[in-house]
Amino acid sequence: MESRARRFKSNSEAALANPVLQGNMRTAKGKFVDKRAISIKEIDDFEGTREAAKALRNRVIENLDLWLEKFEEIATARGATVLWAKDGAEICRHVVDIGKQHGIKKAVKSKSMLSEEAGLNLALEAAGIQPVETDLGEYILQINNNEPPSHIIAPVVHKGLDEVADLFHKVHKTPRKTEIPALTREAREVLREHFLTAEMGISGGNFLVAETGSVALVTNEGNGRMVTTLPRVHVVITGIEKVIPTLEDLSTLMRLLPRSATGQSISNYVSVLTGTKAAGDLDGPEHLYFILVDNGRADVVGSEFQDMLRCIRCGACMNHCPVYQTIGGHAYGWVYPGPMGSVLTPLYTGIENAIDLPHAATLCNQCGVVCPVKIPLPELLRKLREKQVEKNLRPWFERVAFRLWAWVASCPTLYGIGTWFAVRYLKWLAGGNQTIPILGAAPEWTRGRDFPAPEGKTFRELYAGRKS
Amino acid sequence: MRVALFVTCLVDLMRPRIGFAAIELLEAADCEVIVPAAQTCCGQPAWNSGDRAAAAKLAKKVIAEFEGHEYVVAPSGSCADHIRTEYPVILADEPDWYARAVALGSRVYELTDFLVNVAKLVSVPGNFAGRITYHDSCTGLRSLGIKAQPRALLAKLSGVDLQEMNGAEECCGFGGTFSVKFGEVSAAIAERKCNNACATGASAIVGGDLGCLLNIEGKLRRMGDTQTRVMHIAEVLAAKE
Repeated sequence: MESRARRFKSNSEAALANPVLQGNMRTAKGKFVDKRAISIKEIDDFEGTREAAKALRNRVIENLDLWLEKFEEIATARGATVLWAKDGAEICRHVVDIGKQHGIKKAVKSKSMLSEEAGLNLALEAAGIQPVETDLGEYILQINNNEPPSHIIAPVVHKGLDEVADLFHKVHKTPRKTEIPALTREAREVLREHFLTAEMGISGGNFLVAETGSVALVTNEGNGRMVTTLPRVHVVITGIEKVIPTLEDLSTLMRLLPRSATGQSISNYVSVLTGTKAAGDLDGPEHLYFILVDNGRADVVGSEFQDMLRCIRCGACMNHCPVYQTIGGHAYGWVYPGPMGSVLTPLYTGIENAIDLPHAATLCNQCGVVCPVKIPLPELLRKLREKQVEKNLRPWFERVAFRLWAWVASCPTLYGIGTWFAVRYLKWLAGGNQTIPILGAAPEWTRGRDFPAPEGKTFRELYAGRKS
Repeated sequence: MRVALFVTCLVDLMRPRIGFAAIELLEAADCEVIVPAAQTCCGQPAWNSGDRAAAAKLAKKVIAEFEGHEYVVAPSGSCADHIRTEYPVILADEPDWYARAVALGSRVYELTDFLVNVAKLVSVPGNFAGRITYHDSCTGLRSLGIKAQPRALLAKLSGVDLQEMNGAEECCGFGGTFSVKFGEVSAAIAERKCNNACATGASAIVGGDLGCLLNIEGKLRRMGDTQTRVMHIAEVLAAKE
């Protein structure tokens, strides 16, 4: 997927100016937050479970090559084919090749963020394979001219009921419905036909279990089971960091993932899929492929950003982020929004291509507090800011301003003179009022709020006066 | 107890009365207050903007100025945390400075935390009365655990009626340089905070970090609210009205 992260600032301002989006974000805010807060209380030792999950994810990432080899060996022995993809283009090539090899005309898909990274749907269409998204949210986006998702688990969270009602009416050419059950039924009817006629199913993978060569899928709609069992070919596309050693580890992570993501004790469906259809099996694919994707991940191993690879894609960081809650996911411009996206997008698409994202956070650490695998997201964002300075990617005036300010702040006399003038200037600007409506030195501040007037003298001069 | 006051650059420039209120509160807790005269800024804006060199330069300045004191207290959770938690990170590659940063860090406190847990202030000097609501600033709350301390101090004022707002622990949208990089987003987050605060019917919004308070005050005034007061906890505790 082409990144529009460079335009974060204008994207975010457009989001603020969109009343429909603002209304939808207000409705969505709180739902995930409240549900998570309730569901984590079901676990006696939530903090201990987070620590355990962090430790097990770290163990894997530190020996990623070994666990991947183990997974490949066992998955292959169970009849699967394991392929490796360096980047999005290679994902597309693999899937198209598999499609051609098996004579595929139609592929049904359950949710896969990796296929978003690759822009897979467009590549399949170009190769004459019809991709059909079957996650309800992803389906809505696909029939809306391939709109990108705005959230990693709730892709259509930015849309309201009315928009979906209009869209179904227009695309399905059916009478407009405004009841959610009626709309979902309509989608089911459309999708059922696709499930029965597709020859290929494409899914993501929440985890790869090395000891059994399995993929674990965590879903709520049941479409994942259709996609992975009905078609004769199943292609799993997932990142190399998703491997975990054992089923025991899966159970630890499953205590955290649904609770952190949607506030559910367990998602409606948890599938652990192993190997191809064996003699005597009633269903399952005849051919099973794993496409394990690097796309920037291997470079993060061993770097100062390695903590990020623990991510289990629950979305809690964005659900709790004051910035995400205010502007939604599209403003971030690539596949992953919110705090995790503001770390991943520069790491996977180039630091210079996502200059604003590491700064698009107040560093309030709400994300770090809720992260089920304890990724220090604000610290990683700050490190990315430091990388930008090291690589001379910041605007010159900002760099000069900081140098100048640091120099002045380290010379107390000069600092005293500077603040003496600054405070009087600000006081003069306020002109006897409580606040300053337009501040030339910080125009961004006064775009949406006033700047309070200072008292009129600095503490240091008042304190010196009091003592004497 | 001898306490060095770290005034903070924002209090120095914008609200000196918070600094004097802090001195009064510390003295009410039988502390001898020293205000090192050459202090400027803790360097947090530089560190959060990725400028390690500038952050290290100011960190060393603060360490040299304050390490001789028994305790260091700041009327800001964010500045106190920066000195306490981040200085050792900033200076990790310089063993001597790192050791000095760690040694200083353990003696640095946010004002309300110090008054409650170290100085064990018995009664507060002020007589503020009225309905207030308290905004928990992010760094103080999530890094230093400042939550019960300001409320324990406010409870000592019999005339104060504390009404908790919805989302008291949610960010106000300030975020330091965030507020001047993405002004509109920052102000939109502040609007949510102001609406939640005003819904309590409070006559004053109170907090422990001036950055957040300036953000909230600026948004309130822009929204046309000229009545609701925005006050630092030190001002409230020391106010004689």
